[in-house]
Amino acid sequence: MQTSADTATTRLPIGSDADLAWVRQKVRQTATDSGFSLVQQTKLITAASELARNTLIHGGGGQLDMTVLHGGLRLTFTDSGPGIRDIEQAMTDGFTTGNGLGMGLSGAKRLVQDFSIESQPGQGTTVTVTALATPMPHPRPEHG
Amino acid sequence: MQVSEQDPAAGPAARKVGEFLRSRAEQIAQRWADAALFRTVFTVSRDEAVEACKAVVEALAEVAATGRPDDITAPGFHAVREQLGRMAATRARTGSTPAQVAGEVADLSRPAVTLLRGEFDDPAGGQAQDCVLALTVLMGTLRLVVMETTLSQGQELIERQRQQLLEVATPVIKLWEGIVAVPLIGTLDSARSQVVMESLLDAVVAERARYAILDITGVPTVDSLVAQHLMKTVAAARLMGAECIVSGIRPAIAQTIVHLGIDLGNVVTRSSLADALAHALRRQGSAVPPGTPAASLAP
Repeated sequence: MQTSADTATTRLPIGSDADLAWVRQKVRQTATDSGFSLVQQTKLITAASELARNTLIHGGGGQLDMTVLHGGLRLTFTDSGPGIRDIEQAMTDGFTTGNGLGMGLSGAKRLVQDFSIESQPGQGTTVTVTALATPMPHPRPEHG
Repeated sequence: MQVSEQDPAAGPAARKVGEFLRSRAEQIAQRWADAALFRTVFTVSRDEAVEACKAVVEALAEVAATGRPDDITAPGFHAVREQLGRMAATRARTGSTPAQVAGEVADLSRPAVTLLRGEFDDPAGGQAQDCVLALTVLMGTLRLVVMETTLSQGQELIERQRQQLLEVATPVIKLWEGIVAVPLIGTLDSARSQVVMESLLDAVVAERARYAILDITGVPTVDSLVAQHLMKTVAAARLMGAECIVSGIRPAIAQTIVHLGIDLGNVVTRSSLADALAHALRRQGSAVPPGTPAASLAP
């Protein structure tokens, strides 16, 4: 785990089931520290759990980079596995190449505010998600 | 480091160190007993510390006598391995890091080397140097043995706790005649959910239960894999003629499950264990006064 002060990025390895539990704990802790509400926290942890498991099972292991943003968190999951041939199909509810429910990738997208996926067959996969501490920011000034 | 193979003088030097350790065991033990490692572990009496030191010195002498001071698997260490492990564990409990413990073991080297130098008329001579080198190698080996013992004990502890967790996590509770419940706590991975399913199905048979309640209050994260495990358990219980109720679904979890897109539509769910019990009692035909908190239910 490395932390650099300027960007506040934490890197966690994803290589075993124990690492998944560790990822969930670190995400929970960081989200709590960043002022996430309980619901936002639970959503982000669940999304992280899904994506980290994809990294482990389909990508053969990889890493998570966790960046604290102003009022939010950005998680980047990277693996160097076989990649995804048809991203659109992979993002479809119920589509699975394993024996899961096929809700992980599409479900994770619905749990966060911003979701992007990059993958080339044979080149690995990178999924980046961003969640905000409060889902809908209120730009209204208090005295108006 | 294979000193004995590289340097023909090392074997005899080590054996000489062995003789030195045996003859000076009492003096070395007296000095070591005041070192941080022994002083802080054996707090009851100094004699106890001295005895422990003597045991270590004797083990070192035995290893040195074999002419292989670099052999961490030497049988001579077996006698003190348990004692060293206990000492390292005691230090760890008081907050010392493994590096600090290793440093304390290294501190034992100097008093012994000083005594060894005193044995020679010419402390700078070739033979003296060989013996000091052999003793230093031997003390380094002792340090490795302490570290290895500590690490292997840590591994054993982790394995034991893992096994304990598997057992602790799955008590099946009989709530009522024909109603059993499993309070799930912690991460529900594949191994755990297998244990849960087995013990729940066993309880359904043993208690002739018609209703089984899976309480997930203590499960921090419900992702698609956990949901899948729950659904499989519910389906298996249904095959055995028991209706499964999933309880303890907190507001945050409920919202997450909806966004995740998991359909728990064919699973009976309740927000609290009390509600789940009330539901099962009603279905069973037991009288449940309407509006009464389930906690105060009377038969």
